[in-house]
Amino acid sequence: MTTDVLVVGIGGQGVMTAAEAIARAALEAGYEASKTEVTGMSQRGGVVCSQVRIGERIEASEIRPGTARLLIAFEAAEGLRWSHYLAPDGCALLDSWRAVPPVVSSGVHQYPADPAAELRAAGRQVREIEARGTAERLGDARLANSVMLGAAAASLPFPEQALREQVLRRFAGGELAARNAAAFDAGRVLAA
Amino acid sequence: MSAMLPASARSTTRREFLSGNQAAARGAWEAGVEVAAAYPGTPSTEILETLAELPGVYAEWSTNEKVALEVALGASMTGRRAITAMKHVGLNVAADSLMTMGLVGVKAGLVIAVSDDIGFSSSQNEQDSRFWGRFVHLPVLEPADAAEAYAMAREAFVLSERHQVPVLLRLTTRVSHVKRTLHTGEREAPDPSRHGYRRDVERWIITPNHVGKRLELRAQRDAALAEEAAASSWNVLEPGTDRTVGFVVSGAAYHAVREAFPRAPVLKLGFSHPLPVSLAHRLAATVDRIVVVEESEPVAETELKAAGIAVHGKDVLPSQGEMTAPVLERAVERLLGRAPASVAGMPKPRPVFPRPPTLCAGCPYMGVYFWLGQLKNAIICGDIGCYTLGCGEPWNAMDSIISMGASLGVAHGMAKAFASDAAAKPVLAVIGDSTFLHTGMPALANITYQGGNVTVLLLDNRATAMTGGQDNPGTGHRLDGTSAPRLDFAKLVEALGVRPERVRVADPYELPTFFKVLREEMKAPEPSVIITTRPCVLSRDFEHRRPLSVRDEQCNGCARCLDVGCPAITVRRRERQERASGKVVDLAWVRIERALCTGCDLCAKACARGAIVAS
Repeated sequence: MTTDVLVVGIGGQGVMTAAEAIARAALEAGYEASKTEVTGMSQRGGVVCSQVRIGERIEASEIRPGTARLLIAFEAAEGLRWSHYLAPDGCALLDSWRAVPPVVSSGVHQYPADPAAELRAAGRQVREIEARGTAERLGDARLANSVMLGAAAASLPFPEQALREQVLRRFAGGELAARNAAAFDAGRVLAA
Repeated sequence: MSAMLPASARSTTRREFLSGNQAAARGAWEAGVEVAAAYPGTPSTEILETLAELPGVYAEWSTNEKVALEVALGASMTGRRAITAMKHVGLNVAADSLMTMGLVGVKAGLVIAVSDDIGFSSSQNEQDSRFWGRFVHLPVLEPADAAEAYAMAREAFVLSERHQVPVLLRLTTRVSHVKRTLHTGEREAPDPSRHGYRRDVERWIITPNHVGKRLELRAQRDAALAEEAAASSWNVLEPGTDRTVGFVVSGAAYHAVREAFPRAPVLKLGFSHPLPVSLAHRLAATVDRIVVVEESEPVAETELKAAGIAVHGKDVLPSQGEMTAPVLERAVERLLGRAPASVAGMPKPRPVFPRPPTLCAGCPYMGVYFWLGQLKNAIICGDIGCYTLGCGEPWNAMDSIISMGASLGVAHGMAKAFASDAAAKPVLAVIGDSTFLHTGMPALANITYQGGNVTVLLLDNRATAMTGGQDNPGTGHRLDGTSAPRLDFAKLVEALGVRPERVRVADPYELPTFFKVLREEMKAPEPSVIITTRPCVLSRDFEHRRPLSVRDEQCNGCARCLDVGCPAITVRRRERQERASGKVVDLAWVRIERALCTGCDLCAKACARGAIVAS
């Protein structure tokens, strides 16, 4: 059995970094893991998805639709976009923050009215995490990444502390580490 | 996973989590590679980036893939192990020298790591590089994952030296860009006894009188390689208990086969050319039917059929995209005439608006496209780079994108063909600094030589931006960070035959001035080149200024600022108004995202009411 996790968002949100932290925490906890970085031209504001598989043994690195345990979405509509990957009893962690691209603000496309409600209506377990808002209150929108990881920590097959250490390892102590630790812990509270 | 560790690495192994590109670089480094040359291109770029960080390797971003391959050959001729890396379409550019290298071969080990963009996430096509193995008579190694990319890269140099032939290490996006665990070892010290150059005119001078002998040697080499491939431990016949379907598979699709059909007998191809047909015969004897799973062309399938083995392949499998487990299940269900159970139960995606890639906030190219998007009566031939995005919203300012450097040649052909046409339109070519140096220059020499009339926009942003901002001869820096002479594009295009009066250097942030220059050069009845001066916003040369904001009381909602196409400008409110004249206009009120804005001033210059100011 593998634990399959999708981390999704848009270019610049640190989706790859977050997925890397999850995979490395899993490896240190003694699991095998794979992580996809199949991104295309997504660094320029496009759709980003990283698939992390955790288990005793990993064959294919791509997650099969309908089988993921956890969907970590850094943006509301992106959560909806990838929701078909969730297993029937899987869980979506959704930052309710919205990134509205020009194709929507110009009126060519519609932003989904309420992504979380739509997922619930489809029978999904959804936890709305106000990651971006929390991060802004902590002084930096970029901390949303650590808030979301904190919110996800309890849903992964290894101790929460392992992920926290992995996140903080990127910052050699000091102010940034302290702020990310606060963000991570705030995320844990939001998901509790 | 089936990674086999070279004996020399087994003693001091370290478990690491690497992408296939990082792993291939690591394997090459451990094999004692001394020279690495590449041109960046997704999904291959990180191979050279990784090697550049490792000690004992001379690494360079060459000006194109052909040059990179030739650099690797030169190094090999002096007895240094060498590697070149490129994306699939890059090998098309290198093909001329590659064909000769199939004849003259190599001295020290030479590996060509080529990564095919299966699923074409960032390419103009999907292309199967394994054909080059057949065309040029090269051995092809196909890793299924990062661990194999590492181990194969390490072994490839020995294989290359044993047969004096370049080895094609064929990667795909799913190998290059997926991280997996593997055990790395120590670097093997380059062997000094390999070093040294010996003149060998019958070999390295490929005049017609030397070709016959080389062709004979190549035929001998083909036979030796076929023998080695048939016995290679990279080609494994994995037994299985379910004989309904057996699989022949190579590359990342191997894991998809194992995931979907854990009990099936499988011939896993790693050393896939020359194709070990004898193993396929053995598989055929143990199963009811065989499905050949390949990305993307039916290469092995065709050869197995020619060898008299009845196999299925592209008759049931898609001819494009990745061969994932659900794709394979669907194909096998169809083949066996079963109800497609696995597919019926698979959840469908909920369609959500697209997020097409955009230029960065403050990108100087927006100043160019602001005007190109308003040209109603011109043809614009585009090229490969960030400026390719000019084909999209809100500019829609492009008529063609073909391949690296093609903008100038295509533009010239159109302009010449139009010349006597009453409905002739001005023709422009848009090309970036790195792409111009890659394959644009010969086409400009052709335009001036033939007396053509193309207005060339040479967008010099001092970076190979689309692939991550690599350096090139126009940036003034090398891969190792040292300073390099910065190529002077104005002098260069002048030397290529553009009259000095028609070489214009223009600042794309100065909208009115830029338009004036553009109009003048489009009117000129001869070739001209407009060189833009502003650096990529992600480059070291870019200067961020104070972000801008909108003075709402000044804004009349005209939405002219949206024509800039900057992602930092978002619409707050839209309104449709009927003017006194009866004309209906769409208005939009915007705000500027402080966090994104670079203060480039483009939108402020586009605003006729002075409503956008530094905040």
